[in-house]
Amino acid sequence: MKMKTILAAGAMSVAAIAANNAHAGAVIDGIKAKGFVQCGVNTGLPGFSAANSEGKWEGLDVDVCRAVAAALLGDAEKVQYTPMTAAQRFTALQSGEIDILSRNTTWTLTRDAKLGLTFGGVNYYDGQGFLVPKALGVSHATELDGATVCVEPGTTTELNLADYFRAKGMSFEPVVIENINETTAAFFAGRCDVYTTDASGLASVRQTMAPNPDDYVILPEIISKEPLGPAVAQGDDQWADLVRWSLMAMIEAEELGVTSENVDDMKKSENPSIQRLLGVSPGMGEALGVDEEWAYRIVKQVGNYGESYKANVTAKLGLERGLNALWTDGGLQYALPVR
Amino acid sequence: MSKTQQAPGGVRSKGLADYLNDENVRAVIYQIIAIGLVILAGWYLVSNTLDNLERQNISTGFGFLDLEASFGISESMIDYTPKSTYATALLVGLLNTVKVAFLGIVLCTIIGTIFGIARLSSNWIVRKLAAIYVETFRNIPVLLQLFFWYAIIPGAFPAARNALEPIPDVLMTNRGIYIPVPVADNAYEFMGIAAILALIIIYFVKKWADKRLDATGQPFPIVWASVGIFAGLVLVAYLAGGAPTAMDIPELKGFNIRGGYNISPEFLAVLIGLTVYTSTYVAEVVRSGIEAVPSGQWEAADSLGLKRSVSLRKIILPQSMRVAIPPLTNQYLNLTKNSSLAVAVGYPDLVSVSNTTMNQTGQAIEAISIYMAVYLGLSLITSLFMNWFNNKMALVER
Repeated sequence: MKMKTILAAGAMSVAAIAANNAHAGAVIDGIKAKGFVQCGVNTGLPGFSAANSEGKWEGLDVDVCRAVAAALLGDAEKVQYTPMTAAQRFTALQSGEIDILSRNTTWTLTRDAKLGLTFGGVNYYDGQGFLVPKALGVSHATELDGATVCVEPGTTTELNLADYFRAKGMSFEPVVIENINETTAAFFAGRCDVYTTDASGLASVRQTMAPNPDDYVILPEIISKEPLGPAVAQGDDQWADLVRWSLMAMIEAEELGVTSENVDDMKKSENPSIQRLLGVSPGMGEALGVDEEWAYRIVKQVGNYGESYKANVTAKLGLERGLNALWTDGGLQYALPVR
Repeated sequence: MSKTQQAPGGVRSKGLADYLNDENVRAVIYQIIAIGLVILAGWYLVSNTLDNLERQNISTGFGFLDLEASFGISESMIDYTPKSTYATALLVGLLNTVKVAFLGIVLCTIIGTIFGIARLSSNWIVRKLAAIYVETFRNIPVLLQLFFWYAIIPGAFPAARNALEPIPDVLMTNRGIYIPVPVADNAYEFMGIAAILALIIIYFVKKWADKRLDATGQPFPIVWASVGIFAGLVLVAYLAGGAPTAMDIPELKGFNIRGGYNISPEFLAVLIGLTVYTSTYVAEVVRSGIEAVPSGQWEAADSLGLKRSVSLRKIILPQSMRVAIPPLTNQYLNLTKNSSLAVAVGYPDLVSVSNTTMNQTGQAIEAISIYMAVYLGLSLITSLFMNWFNNKMALVER
């Protein structure tokens, strides 16, 4: 009977809907099924994530995604990039539009605890600064009372800016534009006296977008701590672990002197730490749920942290290691033990 | 519902099959199923969302509205500092949206009407210029127009130090236009009260004048009388309040121009972009409205010896209004909704502030539901007002 068919169809759709709820571990399964990692990056921040002249994405943040793809899928090229603005990024991650967010994102308590994110470590220690035209005649941030400031919305930068001026009893007028390219265009058109973001971003903007970089100067004051790192959505702990340890493997490789050049020779090393990292003595890959060559592929295809930094940040922006030197060289980069 | 056919004598009791074969019963069953499926889909979406939020440890609820916003907003019609709450920040955004939408609606109506009438002009150049204006701006996406104006405005004016001063004390810079405003004084409050009083008096004078016109056929110069009453009362209030002359004049201090009222480039870009874009549609609405009135109406008015301006005002426009108001309402709604594109050029409208709020608190669903509710509310208010206006203007058909 027709009626029965309709009722049965109704009941079945209820059952189908009930069974369709997402389950834990979904992110890794999803990535394996589609065959690539969907990575949220900056719309254009040379040195961190920007498309080069051939349309290929490159940068320090991009390398984190490539490392994860190398570890999980065996190929660092199996990444698809979604360029996003600061304001879009967390929603995209929460909704599952991207698997990993590697977009110079500051690790803060609120984001970690309230936004449902898990940070995978710090791939760049940064701090917020100010970029001004030389013609403004300002040499310290304390002289900026009454200035008009260009800033991207939805960033810690926007909050630090308000905090800093409040603490110093100074006033400012924000100009808040969503897209970084529009924001910097407004700054270089003279809409603002000051452009503020993380110091690395200022260097990047000054170097690559200013009509004449020498007309602009970064003020000496650094007004905040900005530990930048990759983030994933909570709910798939195995995926979060894999992201964290892919980054750690890059730093550990640098600490141990393993580079993309010598990684094959290093497989013969007697050093037990190197043997564990490169999977010569097994166990690490199994613990992470990938094969034992995971870290070998990261170093071989992407390089260690120092190589990535040199090829991207130093080469494009001329920034030295500074805080991002290894802890053994007086910096803050410190790999958690891979064992 | 019609009664079901009963077997003669009512001997046979009805079985389930009889009910299921009854058309009316079936109709009810289908509707119950349809509603059920809609509810099911809704329940699925909501429960799935809540599930996902819980699994990812994302907090929900509107409690965040009472927290300190701690971000700055460049322009605000009410007191706002980074110390204010998120609720205040959203209110600032809402007021900015209303400001640009209201001014946009007023300006696009004026400009659109002018171009709409110009398209019907008997002068070839005027007609063609109006057509070019309409066809150009109607066919470029409004977002691109906003980018265009925002690229032009800061680029076209000099930096604050070399500000243009076309009128004394009015400064034009790449940071916007600064105009002097009077320093707050009691006299301005008196003037506001006087203005309201004048409007009430004008309303009654107009009623009296209409009555006299109907009774005796004598026209009364209501426009001049109104201007006189309004200006007179306001001037009296100004003088009675002590005739204050102190002005807040913009001048260069430090990096920026301080004082006066600043019309920001972001606001200008959004206002000009929306006004120009929507005015082209309004022009078409006005043109079609006028063309919809049969030419016999013009001829009839002519034969009564009415002046052309009088026949336009008294005969043609009231009839074209009837045709024009409903599509005009659509354009007003479009303009209000398009104002959400302001986020692209950095005007702190509701969407811009909500986006920032969403990002700082992670309350995406809450923030989006707030602004969806607000746009729905604004659109419904506009619709209600326009429907009321439409009913008032519509000709009563006999």
